[in-house]
Amino acid sequence: MKGRRWRRILDHLEIDRAVKRIAFEILERNKGPRDLVLVGIPTPGPILAERIRRHMENVEGVRVPTGSLDITFYRDDIDARPRPMPKSTAIPVDVTGKTVILVDDVLYTGRTVRAALDALMDHGRPSKVQLAVLVDRGHRELPIRADFVGRNIPTGRHEEVHVLLTERGDKVDEVIIGEGEIS
Amino acid sequence: MIGKSRHLLGLDGLAAADLTRVLDAAVGMKEVSRRKIKKVPTLRGKTVVNLFFEPSTRTRTSFEIAAKRLSADAVNFTASASSTVKGETLIDTVKNIESMAPDVVVIRHKYSGATHMLSDRLRCSVVNAGDGSNQHPSQGLLDLYTVREKKGNLKGLKVVIAGDITHSRVARSDIYGFTRMGAEVFVTGPPTMIPPGIEHMGAKVAPSFEAGIEGADVIIMLRIQLERRSGALIPGLREYARFFGLNAQRLKLAKEDVLVMHPGPINRGVEISSEIADGIQSVILEQVENGVAVRMAILYLLCGGTDEVAD
Repeated sequence: MKGRRWRRILDHLEIDRAVKRIAFEILERNKGPRDLVLVGIPTPGPILAERIRRHMENVEGVRVPTGSLDITFYRDDIDARPRPMPKSTAIPVDVTGKTVILVDDVLYTGRTVRAALDALMDHGRPSKVQLAVLVDRGHRELPIRADFVGRNIPTGRHEEVHVLLTERGDKVDEVIIGEGEIS
Repeated sequence: MIGKSRHLLGLDGLAAADLTRVLDAAVGMKEVSRRKIKKVPTLRGKTVVNLFFEPSTRTRTSFEIAAKRLSADAVNFTASASSTVKGETLIDTVKNIESMAPDVVVIRHKYSGATHMLSDRLRCSVVNAGDGSNQHPSQGLLDLYTVREKKGNLKGLKVVIAGDITHSRVARSDIYGFTRMGAEVFVTGPPTMIPPGIEHMGAKVAPSFEAGIEGADVIIMLRIQLERRSGALIPGLREYARFFGLNAQRLKLAKEDVLVMHPGPINRGVEISSEIADGIQSVILEQVENGVAVRMAILYLLCGGTDEVAD
């Protein structure tokens, strides 16, 4: 755990259950894995997308194509600061005509999702796009909502939500909330 | 910002981390260039002016395509069709262009130091696209990118630059770039074309062309620049080809997985035989492809702000 001002809101079991449930809900809503493509927004969207893919494979025995989509070039907030480094974009299939599930860790203002939608359209014309997030923390600035949510968490604007995942070198899977320095 | 500057005038003064940042950004740019829709909106509303006071096809087209793929507006200015032929001074011409509010001007000029002089007088970012025999930083960066992509790492590689070192701005940017990234750089060519003091830039002078090539990981061939009076430094092109041209026999001295590079335009049969220029070790056309990605990275980073907090 982190310092005094940070607290855990999801532990590794809760994260696992949430991801599993999201995988099931995606399959249920779309009547199976046909034409699905999982696309994670770096970082750590691709890690969550891969976990969802594994759960789907366990249930359906089908490998749903999974990739990552960088939104750096589509952000609306980069003029005043040094340019963020582009991250990797790799979508293994043509998304045209497919049902794309965008996967992100935290849904906040909605600006990332707006950028991701623009980025996705430059790769093709999906027949449907749905959004899966591990945490919805509110404070939307754009008319965007998630189709699949792991956990809704009320937050203050000054607070930060961090998703820690072992695949990116964190010791345990957990979601923490707090403010100030992480000690 | 690249390094601590809003300009890119040369590769000297840039740390390995600064060079790496440009190369890393270029990886994402190359992905954009290989899409069906080769355009992203990140530099929408920015204006890039190409001011070329010297002929160029590759570099000018490359910068123009790079700007357009990032959604910047690219405007080309060619000196032969401009007011410079009516007697306007360089500074006046560039000041007039600046009044039209570009964000970046990309300048090529036949005099060394011209871009440096102009960068002090302009509010917008200046990219040196080649100034006389001084530097050509975007070419140096694309050479670094091409080698890093092929070899994975630049550290410890033997890089030999062969030909008219005296007149070559590519050689100077390459020497700074490759040595900063930890490669060992040798220069070789007719003694008349090796400038005195080149060791101070970090390059070693190979005792002979063959000794330079021996065991090389990368060979960068340079063009004989007849427009810069290179002809006065050698007896003739045929003799040059015979003693300093890269052919299949000489290439055997290098490592088996050697990369053969050339900034272009190539003079087939002079500094490089057609067989080698079109051979499997040649990455000359990949250099051109990577050039667009690297120039996209340069424009992208220069258009960023000055705040220290990076994402």
